[in-house]
Amino acid sequence: MGKILPNYVSTTNACKLCKPLGASLAFRGVEGAVPFLHGSQGCATYMRRYIISHFNEPIDIASSSLGEKNAVYGGGANLKLGLKNVTEKYHPALIGIATTCLTETIGDDVKRLLFEYRREFMQDGGPLLVRVSTPSYSGTHMEGFHAAVRALVEQLTEATEANSTVNILPGFLSAADLRSLKEIVADCGLTATVLPDFSETLDGPALRDYPLIPKGGTKIGDIRAMGGAKATVEFGHTMPEQLSGGKYLEKAYGVDLHRLGMPVGIRETDRFFEVLRELSGNPIPEKYAMARGRLVDSLVDGHKYVFGKRAVVYGEEDLVIGLTSFLAEIGVQPVLCASGGTSGGFVRAIEKAVEGFAVEMPLIHEGMDFHEIGELAGELRPDFFLGYSKGYALARGLNVPLIRVGFPIHDRVGGQRLLHIGYHGAQQLFDLIANAMIAAKQDNSEVGYSYM
Amino acid sequence: MQAALQERQDSIHRTGEAPFVMECNKDSLAGAVSQRACVFCGSRVVLYPIADALHLVHGPIGCAVYTWDIRGALSSGPELHRLSFSTDMQETDVIFGGEKKLYNALVELIDRHAPKAAFVYSTCIVGIIGDDMAAVCRRVSEEKSIPVLPVQSEGFKGNKREGYKAACNAMRQLVGMGDISGISKYSLNILGDFNLAGEIWLIRDYFARMGVEVVANITGDGRVGDIQRAHGAALNVVQCSGSTMDLARMMEEDYGIPSLRVSYFGVEDMAESLYAVAAFFKDEEMMRRTRELVKEELSLIMPELMRYRQALAGKRAAIYVGGAFKAFSLVKAFRTIGMQVVMVGSQTGTPEDYAELAEITDPGTIIVDDSNPLELSSFLQEKEVDIFVGGVKERPIAYKLGVAFCDHNHERKEMLAGFAGMLNFAREVYGSVMSPVWRFVPRGEK
Repeated sequence: MGKILPNYVSTTNACKLCKPLGASLAFRGVEGAVPFLHGSQGCATYMRRYIISHFNEPIDIASSSLGEKNAVYGGGANLKLGLKNVTEKYHPALIGIATTCLTETIGDDVKRLLFEYRREFMQDGGPLLVRVSTPSYSGTHMEGFHAAVRALVEQLTEATEANSTVNILPGFLSAADLRSLKEIVADCGLTATVLPDFSETLDGPALRDYPLIPKGGTKIGDIRAMGGAKATVEFGHTMPEQLSGGKYLEKAYGVDLHRLGMPVGIRETDRFFEVLRELSGNPIPEKYAMARGRLVDSLVDGHKYVFGKRAVVYGEEDLVIGLTSFLAEIGVQPVLCASGGTSGGFVRAIEKAVEGFAVEMPLIHEGMDFHEIGELAGELRPDFFLGYSKGYALARGLNVPLIRVGFPIHDRVGGQRLLHIGYHGAQQLFDLIANAMIAAKQDNSEVGYSYM
Repeated sequence: MQAALQERQDSIHRTGEAPFVMECNKDSLAGAVSQRACVFCGSRVVLYPIADALHLVHGPIGCAVYTWDIRGALSSGPELHRLSFSTDMQETDVIFGGEKKLYNALVELIDRHAPKAAFVYSTCIVGIIGDDMAAVCRRVSEEKSIPVLPVQSEGFKGNKREGYKAACNAMRQLVGMGDISGISKYSLNILGDFNLAGEIWLIRDYFARMGVEVVANITGDGRVGDIQRAHGAALNVVQCSGSTMDLARMMEEDYGIPSLRVSYFGVEDMAESLYAVAAFFKDEEMMRRTRELVKEELSLIMPELMRYRQALAGKRAAIYVGGAFKAFSLVKAFRTIGMQVVMVGSQTGTPEDYAELAEITDPGTIIVDDSNPLELSSFLQEKEVDIFVGGVKERPIAYKLGVAFCDHNHERKEMLAGFAGMLNFAREVYGSVMSPVWRFVPRGEK
């Protein structure tokens, strides 16, 4: 099993981000929405910087910019002023208000403040205000992301006539993943509401004018009607029930819920297509049958380059579960699966993902930081790391490649264009992994063959 | 459309168009999407490059994780500063207090890393729940026999500038602790250079060639031991007006050390700074060596620099940076390569800073304090800017509109200080402005 880690008090190089960041990303995926953090100015600016460095796109996150007096006497006045100013400048259709550790600790009652704000300033209409509680002292950015999605669903949906739409709550995917997801669903002959959808709002074209709020995002009308959908498909094995938008829709409106893993790799993608087949009544489109066929063919062609290679996988729990599942399918031995998240469902989901595939059970740790990952990784003799940019120092220290997936990608271009999901995503992942292994062998060879 | 909110009008000035008034150095307007960060950010960026100190952020995880390895501040030795340490406060810590966790975390990390000192940063929440950070720091300092310094950087307690002051207060406690025997009478401390891309090594080399001993780097490639000896220097040279000026004032108060404001950006300010140092020491021989140095360095860069000037002449630049002092140098640096600055602003400038900018800029130049994406993008369009200089948060504004960009923030990996840095700066401006990609963006298709 390798060494047992001491239970450190301190955190070194965290393998997680904070809750309001996840909420900001989710709100950014709604059409006409502006994310708004109720807290001190730094939170919004730090998160903007962090998100910008991945997407290379503007993201305006407003802040109530609390000062010392507000921290003592309450942030209500600044919250209202901030909402007023954002409304005046951005003309948003919706403002997504996430709290921070500051405003949660001083005990601002955002629900009441918004009630007052509506009464004082919104007699003649104004944007929808959706609020979510996201103190960063509990949970990670993923809990913040899910909580924001759940808040949108809870606060916007209304009883609607039954319709043939399918709700898809995909969790935190890349912009390329979201585009691919929408294409898959459309190709299957389904109409879907994907929430959130920042595939355009965080990956848009060059423009002549700075967009107040970039085009794209899930339409508010579509969110409102989610209660009438024929089913909800929600990705993620580890999401707690109270953060699940799908659960809410099931309970409130009786919408069938299909909880699936993130469709990464063959088996999880097969399951997703199976659900799509059920929902649409159509067989899997030829395009995807072919993609799957080519994927399997390529796995055969390249299996020797990856078999038995040892991988350290880290990042958000559900992404790690999906990636690990795929690694097991192609004969890579995951040796350590780690996440900063602490949902409680991580270990079991990984065990299930590798069951019958991986030769050995990997070490599986939730609540980890990169210091701990590093302490374990050395002994595990990995051939590569699979995860986001911040594992680079560890991979470099062990002189093995880091294969970049997930968020953030801060040291390469194109993080928003990485495709993880579906057969096409699995194909890209396989090519990345196989080529990284081939390159490592080639680079370290004295001969340096120009063929494999 | 009016890009600026009514409340923001007094923070925008156009050179020569009205009597100079500038609202600045106050809290950001709620909902205005300021480019500023917070008090914590100010402290963190200033102290960050001290490479043999432990930097522990006491708070929930966000503040630590967003400041992990984010400055291009190089170290010639230890690299403890590149790690991100946090107490990662959880709900129970918020309810029952975080002092015990802070104590245990400090002890654990000091035992693991054997730092020369520890800085403990307070965050918003710590200020609210009232942890007695100073007491914990005192206790650990006694037990571990190293300085353990609280940095009172609760995010909401003002803007970045307050954070600079908190950082300087922490450093003030270090200065005076070391042995100062054997320090030359021709000696100084470098304040306000952060050794981005190795810049402080270049500046130290200039001073060495002049015959001046550098006692402490504050804080680029900084060492606790050097800062403890800093009171042995004859002079403080201070760059970056906001960040370390407070420390220079404190050292003048505590030890009578005078200070000179300098800048290493652009050939003009770089040469002037070196001459000012030589003049301070009133040493003819040193002045002669300095002239030699400037001449030699200029001869190395001028031919290539002039080629860029030819290509860039008449192009228009906009500047938005953290501290206004850097903006002065950039205005001049752009003139050196034949370009005109049409907009200049900063996050934390003072009324004096902006008055000086109004002095040195051409009529019509927009001067702005604590701006935001909507204003900045409207200025870029109004002034038909060819290149925008700023940091990560400004970059996508420029790129989205199809405007060239030069990164002059603390994350950059290019050396822009000194004479060699001026050439790099010109190369970078040239490399962005002259790229053919602008022909394909909507703005280029007019």
